[in-house]
Amino acid sequence: MIEKELVIIGGGPAGLSAAKVAAEAGLHSLVIERDFKVGGQLVKQTHMFFGSEKQYAKSRGIDIAGILINDVIKYDELIDVMTETTVVGIYDENVITLLKGEEYIKIKAKAIIVATGASEKFLAFENNDLPGVYGAGAVQTLMNVHGVLPGQRVVMVGSGNIGLIVSYQLLQAGVKVVKVLEASQQIGGYKVHASKLRRLGVEIDVKTSIKKAIGTDYLERIEIAKLDENWEFIDGTEEQIEVDALCISVGLSPLSNILSMAGAKMKYVSSLGGLVPMIDHHHETTVKNIFVAGDVCGVEEASSAIVEGYYTGLLVSERLGYKHNNFDELYIDFKSQLENLRSGPFGEKTRLGLKEITR
Amino acid sequence: MIPESVFCDIIAMRGGKTMRIKQHPILSFTYDNKITFFYEDKEVHGYKGDTIASALHALGVKKLSHSVEDKRPRGFYCAIGNCASCNMVVNGTPNVRTCVTLLEDGMKVYTQTNKGELL
Repeated sequence: MIEKELVIIGGGPAGLSAAKVAAEAGLHSLVIERDFKVGGQLVKQTHMFFGSEKQYAKSRGIDIAGILINDVIKYDELIDVMTETTVVGIYDENVITLLKGEEYIKIKAKAIIVATGASEKFLAFENNDLPGVYGAGAVQTLMNVHGVLPGQRVVMVGSGNIGLIVSYQLLQAGVKVVKVLEASQQIGGYKVHASKLRRLGVEIDVKTSIKKAIGTDYLERIEIAKLDENWEFIDGTEEQIEVDALCISVGLSPLSNILSMAGAKMKYVSSLGGLVPMIDHHHETTVKNIFVAGDVCGVEEASSAIVEGYYTGLLVSERLGYKHNNFDELYIDFKSQLENLRSGPFGEKTRLGLKEITR
Repeated sequence: MIPESVFCDIIAMRGGKTMRIKQHPILSFTYDNKITFFYEDKEVHGYKGDTIASALHALGVKKLSHSVEDKRPRGFYCAIGNCASCNMVVNGTPNVRTCVTLLEDGMKVYTQTNKGELL
């Protein structure tokens, strides 16, 4: 069996940042990524980030991915990366099993950081499995990574920041965005994103949702309708729209399955996106030496995932006997950056959610 | 062999134009490294950097797989290798997540209609 000091599951913003700080402290790590490239979902974010300079605000996500990847390359003697490799299990005593192509690999780690991120939620409606019904993030990947349009005419379901930003990116790529639908009474995302869309002539219909998808082999039309105060469709308000793609943007849920498997104590916290692990102030789960960073312990922005990665990397390296030269200074810095990112009305959900899972 | 009509409708709708982005305010895409592969035994092309799923989508192929019980058509949904909706048979191996598998020259790709034979 291969033995490693630190194994990081997931090569997105949290995982890469954890590896960087661990390397600064002198700790060797292995980053495992199931995609063929690292960078996580940053690689498709063409918009500029909010936040402060420390989390690379005013940079585009794609450029932030480049910065994080360069940091890892700088420490290539201390950071190994395995791509196209999927973790399939965590067993007792931190034994991790991996599948790389047809090859099955076992690794024993002194510590594990689970930084698996989150995946897009699905929505229940008739024929929601028709090809042409895509996650908003999936459409972003198709367009911004591979340069392929999802369709000609698109409706977006959900007006959170992802729904609004991806709608704008669809317009940039030359796709007609017919409408954005929002089930609640208010637009979910920042006003600045919504106004941008409206200026470009995209309607945002509140109290409206998708009722069914129509098509034989792939999506041809959708039926939408108004919702009443009990979230029930109002009869007679149905409208059919011709589209060849429908984007679902109704939030993300943590990819925490591997933690349940490892026996970590879990809790369902809807404000954090779903099932998340109970953690302590070191971001350690109830299983000794299994830590978490990023969206897997509560869905937030990529900026938070980066700082959580730094923070967890710092504490894990100390645990394994590699105390960072600037430990005290960085500890305070990362903690205050996280507090800042979670301040204000938009951070309230996260603050309350984290209270529920932090021991 | 599958009928020509599979390469559908999307391309027809765009007046014969492809689904490839040619102009973009932020990103640039180059299409000089062509990759030849086979979809349902038909010789087709994608470009370097494509996944199998993105190459097929650009060709207008949206139906990649079928549900196991009712054989309902399935396309890709998450594009991060999580949902299994885009699983196809590639070079004889079933359940290949085509959204996170890079396209290679000579690949033989087929729509999957069952759980996939293990042996």
